[in-house]
Amino acid sequence: MRRGIAATALVASLALAATACGGDSGDKASGGPVTITWWDTSDATNEAPTYKKLIEKFEAAHKDVKVKYQNVPFAEAEQKYKTAAQAGNAPDVLRADVGWTAGLARNQYLAPLDGTPAAKEIASFNQGLVDGAKVDGKLYGVPQVTDALALLYNKEVFAKAGVQPPKTWAELSTAAKTIKQKTGVDGIYLNPDSYFALPFLYGEGGAMVDTATKKITVDDEPGKKAVRTVVDMIKSGVAVKPDYTDGYNNMQAAFKDGKVAMVINGPWSTADDLTGKAFKNKDNLGVSPVPSGSAGKAGTPTGGHNLVVYNGADAPHKEAAQKFVAFMTSAPSQEFAATETGVLPTRDDAYTIKVVADPIRAAFKNVLADSTARPAVAGVSDMFAEWTKQYIETLKGNTTVEKGLDTTADKWKTNISSLKEYSVD
Amino acid sequence: MKTATADPATAVRPARAGLLTRMKRSYDRHWYAWAMVLPVVLVIGVLVAYPLGRGVYLSFTDANELNVAKQLGATEIPATYRFVGLDNYWRVLSGADGEFYPKLLWTVAWTASCVFFHYTIGLGLALLLNRKVRGRSLYRVLLILPWAVPAFVATYIWRMMYNSESGIFNAILGQLGLGPVDWLGDTFMQKVAVIGVNVWLGVPFMMVAILGGLQSISGEQYEAAEMDGASPWQRFRHVTLPGLRPVSATVIMLGTIWTFNMFPIIYLMLGEANALHSEILVTYAYRLAFGSVRDYAAAATYGILILSMLAVFAVFYRRLLNRQEAAR
Repeated sequence: MRRGIAATALVASLALAATACGGDSGDKASGGPVTITWWDTSDATNEAPTYKKLIEKFEAAHKDVKVKYQNVPFAEAEQKYKTAAQAGNAPDVLRADVGWTAGLARNQYLAPLDGTPAAKEIASFNQGLVDGAKVDGKLYGVPQVTDALALLYNKEVFAKAGVQPPKTWAELSTAAKTIKQKTGVDGIYLNPDSYFALPFLYGEGGAMVDTATKKITVDDEPGKKAVRTVVDMIKSGVAVKPDYTDGYNNMQAAFKDGKVAMVINGPWSTADDLTGKAFKNKDNLGVSPVPSGSAGKAGTPTGGHNLVVYNGADAPHKEAAQKFVAFMTSAPSQEFAATETGVLPTRDDAYTIKVVADPIRAAFKNVLADSTARPAVAGVSDMFAEWTKQYIETLKGNTTVEKGLDTTADKWKTNISSLKEYSVD
Repeated sequence: MKTATADPATAVRPARAGLLTRMKRSYDRHWYAWAMVLPVVLVIGVLVAYPLGRGVYLSFTDANELNVAKQLGATEIPATYRFVGLDNYWRVLSGADGEFYPKLLWTVAWTASCVFFHYTIGLGLALLLNRKVRGRSLYRVLLILPWAVPAFVATYIWRMMYNSESGIFNAILGQLGLGPVDWLGDTFMQKVAVIGVNVWLGVPFMMVAILGGLQSISGEQYEAAEMDGASPWQRFRHVTLPGLRPVSATVIMLGTIWTFNMFPIIYLMLGEANALHSEILVTYAYRLAFGSVRDYAAAATYGILILSMLAVFAVFYRRLLNRQEAAR
């Protein structure tokens, strides 16, 4: 008998440890309030307090629901959520990047929201964003905030050089040269990441893939023209030679210090820009739509976040989660979040006078008008990861524009399971 | 009465009768030993054997995130992946996958150069510190410091120093009137950069291990060699190196295995996109397993291949050493 004890204790403790990882099974006891968990991926210092305030408001209005708030770093959230969702203990609500939504939905982690309280006011939302949250015609997320890339510039430097915000990439090159000559400040810093190549691609009328004809189109002529523009800008010195590991951080540092006159970046970066010495005066930060390419039309990718509900939650939790999503994406909540933190609302009726009073937000509202959603296929993050590798090789000059894009297309086809049946030419 | 003592041969035979009987007897006599070993066996089983077995199994399937079994609350989604036999291995080893051989080549080059510098620099420092110099213990503490820094912390610090615009290396080069070097951008320089960091991190361990080995060589051997008129080089060649052989053999093997699987430096230093030509096998396997559509089968295949290569290396290396030992 005695010899069994140690072993039993060990097995018991192992079993305990295993179940402890399993997390909270939720309170299914009827009567009491339902507690739902929300994984927020927003910035923990700048944005989280605002959302916590919104949760208080929600709990005051809905006595039967309690919200457990958890801030999860954005970079880890997708992987963490997938692991938790597979094990059956994902949070009831997640703030998911628009690029993740299709992938999560195709893995059946997300509950469809059509006809639920969460989607009651869906008609008031920007339809492009709503379409971006749909997979095979079903709605899997409610857009919470949105963003798009724009041309951010240093007004003071522009005035000194006597240039206007450029409307085309060609104008931008001329302006950059003038700026360099007259003020000594570098023209533009381009982040060497494929997401930041999208304005160039869209400006040439290109696309990453064509989901209707199941074709990979990134290596078509518009794509080549787009990347050639970037390569030429770096080669001719219009754009600063970027750092390939810390490209984004170096871009921000150079812009904030006034060492570079223009960058292409999203609204999330403006709070950081305003901490720099070049923007001590908030009005010095100019925002204009990204320049257009030879197709004559400017294009910018739609970013932002959706609120999604976990498919594995039981009925009471799902219902509470849907109510919570509806509350968080309501016009008053979006207006509140926008004025507190500067994020951009996803519904037209949330752009109130108070929201557009801020010149930066008002400028971004114009930019959003021509934004394009990312393709609704699983594995979009992998597509960008593969593309960025080849994009960097091209910018470094290790490979040609044509070869870089052809390799990208081939890699997409072979390595990304959702693109296996797509054609490449 | 008779049977017990008359013929020892027949008395032994019943004991060899069956495996079960022997096990039972051994259990009766050594049950406490079994009881003590049991927790370890269980823990190893849970932590090592099960994942390993699972990995081997997955490498024979086409499992990925879209077709594995999922337990979503009340709804259960059954697995739909198939058994594909050796298909994964065939794809990787035949080169159809296209990533394996280039990455293997660089992984071997990376391991060989890192271990070479680890060992030679470690040996040099150990020889220096083995002499009687003033403040020897202080030097020892200072030189062991890099070892105390976690690899990921070191990686981030070095990454800042390598930055092409604000890094200290380029600032120094600028002061000297030289042009900046694109440390982490240029394909060749980024390889030099990651090897540099790994050497910095790994030398202290080698130094300490070799220092221990040096101190176990008796001074009499050196005296004898000196009496015979051996030059310093001859003493190093014929006394120090053979004396260090047991220590060297172990640390070189450990170093090889560690470096082969040195994940954080490459992954964190270069990021994902910038490491196209400097990615080693483990970082690649990690990306397969944690991409935005997780490819469990391919990652498991790479994992098993890495494990097999290291196992084969360890076996041959030990055999080679034993043969050398026997030849002496």
